[in-house]
Amino acid sequence: MSLHVIMFSLLAILAIATGVLLVTRRNPVSAAVSLILHFFALSGLYLTLNAQFLAAVQILVYAGAIMVLVVFVIMLLNLGKEQNLRENFNPRTAITIAMSAALIMQLVLTFTGNPTGKNQLSAASEKIGSPAEIGNILFSTYIFPFEAISLLLLVAVVGSIILAKRTVDK
Amino acid sequence: MPQNIPLEYYLALSAIMFVIGAAGVVTRRNAIIIFMCIEMMLNAVNLTLVSFSSYLGDASGQMFVFFVMAVAAAEAAVGLAIVLSLFRSSQTVYVDEVNLMKW
Repeated sequence: MSLHVIMFSLLAILAIATGVLLVTRRNPVSAAVSLILHFFALSGLYLTLNAQFLAAVQILVYAGAIMVLVVFVIMLLNLGKEQNLRENFNPRTAITIAMSAALIMQLVLTFTGNPTGKNQLSAASEKIGSPAEIGNILFSTYIFPFEAISLLLLVAVVGSIILAKRTVDK
Repeated sequence: MPQNIPLEYYLALSAIMFVIGAAGVVTRRNAIIIFMCIEMMLNAVNLTLVSFSSYLGDASGQMFVFFVMAVAAAEAAVGLAIVLSLFRSSQTVYVDEVNLMKW
C-alpha cells in the first residue's frame, strides 16, 4: 500500500467524521472546533493532490481567519446549547436523513458510474500546484478576476462594518 | 486496496461531504452553525475542483478554488455581521424564531 493510499484513507475518514460532528454537536463551540479539524483534514487532502499553495491558503484563510471570526461571534453572542435539537425523532430529521442518503447515492453513482480511467495524478500536477506557477497564472491570465475580487473584499469589509456597528443615537 | 487512488474516490468523498453540509443546513436552527455548514459545502466543491485540476494537469481549477476562498472570506464577514445585527435587534440567532421578513 502506497503512502498516497494511506494518507487519503486517514484524511477522508477524519474529514467525514468531523463533518458529522459539526452537524450533530449541540454546543456551537464544539461544532466550530470540529470544523477547524475538518479544514485541516482538507488541507492534508490538498497536499495528497500536490496542491501545496492551496493547502497553505486553506489553513491561513479558513482555519486562521474565518474560524477565528466565527469563534469571536459565538463568544460575543454568548450562546448556550441549542435547545430541543433532537426532540425525540421528529419527521423532519427522518426526511432529511432519507433525502441525504438518496442524494449521496445519486452523486456517488454519477461520479463513479462512468469511470474516467484517471488512476493517478497527472505528471504536471507537481508543477502547477506550486506557489510560483499559481502566481504566474494569477497575474497573467486571471488578472482581471484578481482585481475584481479585491474590490469585492473591500466592499464586503465596508458593508460588514456598516452592518455590525451600533446605530448612532440621534 | 488499490495502489493508486482513482479520481472517483476524491469525487465520492466530496459528494459525501457536500451532502453532510446540506443536511446540516436543513436540520439546524442556529444561524452560526448553518453558516459553518455552508462553508463546509463550499469546501466540498473546492475539493472536486482541486482533484480535477491535479488529475487532468490543468491549473485553472486551482485558480477557481483561490477565488472561491476569497468569496467565502467576504461571505464570512458579511454573514457574521448580519448575525450580529440580527441578535442585537431580536435577541436570537435561531432561524425559526426570526420573522422580520414575514408579512
